Amino acid sequence: MTAIVSVKNLRKAYDGGFEALKSVNLEIEEGEILALLGPNGAGKTTLISTICGIITPTSGTITVGGFDTQTDFRATRSMIGLVPQEISLEPFETVFSTVRFSRGLFGKPRDDAKIEEILAQLSLADKRDNKVITLSGGMKRRVLIAKALAHEPRVLFLDEPSAGVDVELRKDMWDVVAKLKASGVTIILTTHYIEEAEAIADRVGIIANGEILLIQNKAELMAQMGQKQLRIDLSVATPDIPAALAQYELHRAPDGRSLTYTYDTKGPRTGITTLLNDLQNAGLQMKDLQTQQSSLEDIFVGLVKEDQ
Amino acid sequence: MNLNAVKTIYMHEMARFRRTIMQSLVSPVLSTSLYFVVFGAAIGSRIDQVEGVGYGAFIVPGLIMLSVMTQATTNASFGIYFPKFTGTIYELLSAPVSFLEIVAGYVGAAATKALFIGLIILLTAFFFIDIQIAHPFAMIALLVLTCISFSLLGFIIGIWAGNFEQLQLIPLLVITPLVFLGGSFYSITMLPPVWQTITLFNPVVYLISGFRWSFFGTADVSIGVSLLAIALFTALCLGFIGWIFRTGWRIRQ
Repeated sequence: MTAIVSVKNLRKAYDGGFEALKSVNLEIEEGEILALLGPNGAGKTTLISTICGIITPTSGTITVGGFDTQTDFRATRSMIGLVPQEISLEPFETVFSTVRFSRGLFGKPRDDAKIEEILAQLSLADKRDNKVITLSGGMKRRVLIAKALAHEPRVLFLDEPSAGVDVELRKDMWDVVAKLKASGVTIILTTHYIEEAEAIADRVGIIANGEILLIQNKAELMAQMGQKQLRIDLSVATPDIPAALAQYELHRAPDGRSLTYTYDTKGPRTGITTLLNDLQNAGLQMKDLQTQQSSLEDIFVGLVKEDQ
Repeated sequence: MNLNAVKTIYMHEMARFRRTIMQSLVSPVLSTSLYFVVFGAAIGSRIDQVEGVGYGAFIVPGLIMLSVMTQATTNASFGIYFPKFTGTIYELLSAPVSFLEIVAGYVGAAATKALFIGLIILLTAFFFIDIQIAHPFAMIALLVLTCISFSLLGFIIGIWAGNFEQLQLIPLLVITPLVFLGGSFYSITMLPPVWQTITLFNPVVYLISGFRWSFFGTADVSIGVSLLAIALFTALCLGFIGWIFRTGWRIRQ
């Protein structure tokens, strides 16, 4: 895998002294889907906007496809498509003409067939002659995606694609992203929906206070999160863990009314069945059972808290 | 050079012009026709000749300039302000286009619209008044230059403006008074000497005077000075735009 986007020591400070990005380093591999997770104001949009050329960096370098975004901006921007967070569209344009405008603006020759194809891919074909102002919020977001794809970019940035989008449309959007990935497009999306990152990303980056705290393969992250906990509430409190249960990794609550068993879901056996049998044999009576899984959210919240 | 982008911006702006044809074309033509009826036919018939020209004909160049300057400025300022207002400016900033190409697209379209309106007003004038053009090529050249220079000014205003009120401010408070006081409806020789001197600080005087020269061969100030004034004004606007380009003033953080 080669890096298509490479960010080195990127820093962005505003006149007021606010540092939106503090020495960010990031390598985005060609063909991957990278999800950037982070709370509001973490610097996600600033990072994306700087790569796309909307914001001028204070220091550091960014290359896209080997070209520098400052000195070879024509080469880098031709490769990039951007779907902004805000729905920014000219209200009185038709869907078709606004998408055609984007293609021309990015220097591509007029190709109406290609635009029809993009509209069809986003289920916008029947809206082609509608004015943007008449469309629903979800449809407008699709138009933004169509505009970003109009010049057939190699790298697509989606800034909060699911903000204000209903569940159905979100699923549709994920399908579109999966198809784009299959066609070789590199996709970077920012989100604060953890489930979105879990559902579609190959790698997950966590960003807070202008810094990337962690960037890791999603599968590895998930493996770390394979740990699950089973909490057993007891009818009668137990003063200690019975010797017959010493072989299990058990933790007794201070009041003795519950035991917590940690196990690995990825392992060949969870050991739950034998544990429950042994519990009964040891004379402990169960009142209730519940399981809990550490999620990306737990890791995320933990990291962000640590950072603050 | 991203010529496709320049063409796309230009065509996009011209499409907006066509969509809003009533507002873009009909209203300046209508208001100028009213000027002709009121000042040319009704009042003008009671006014003597000015500099050897009938009053109705005398005001034609001034009226064309009034419309062209206002239209060039408002069209260009609106053209670049609207993407800022709707937020679609992100696309211009993330596209592989240089600032010069953006300017060429927006200013080119605004200048074309203003030129179009100027020519239509001239045609309308032929309906009301018998008029001859002494230097037709110079007339066209001066008209085109004015269209371009005021579109450049409009572009700067559009970049500067933070809301619709500011967008209207300069055309309304600066350009209209300067044009009215710049000799659109009178020769500055008709003013008392003190005011004649003060008027010479109004840059629009040189534009209108030069333009009137192309029609009638006579002018308040010499054509050479007029040309110099237009060139200076265009250079000033270009210089300012160049500065915006380098600093990203009001557009790029």
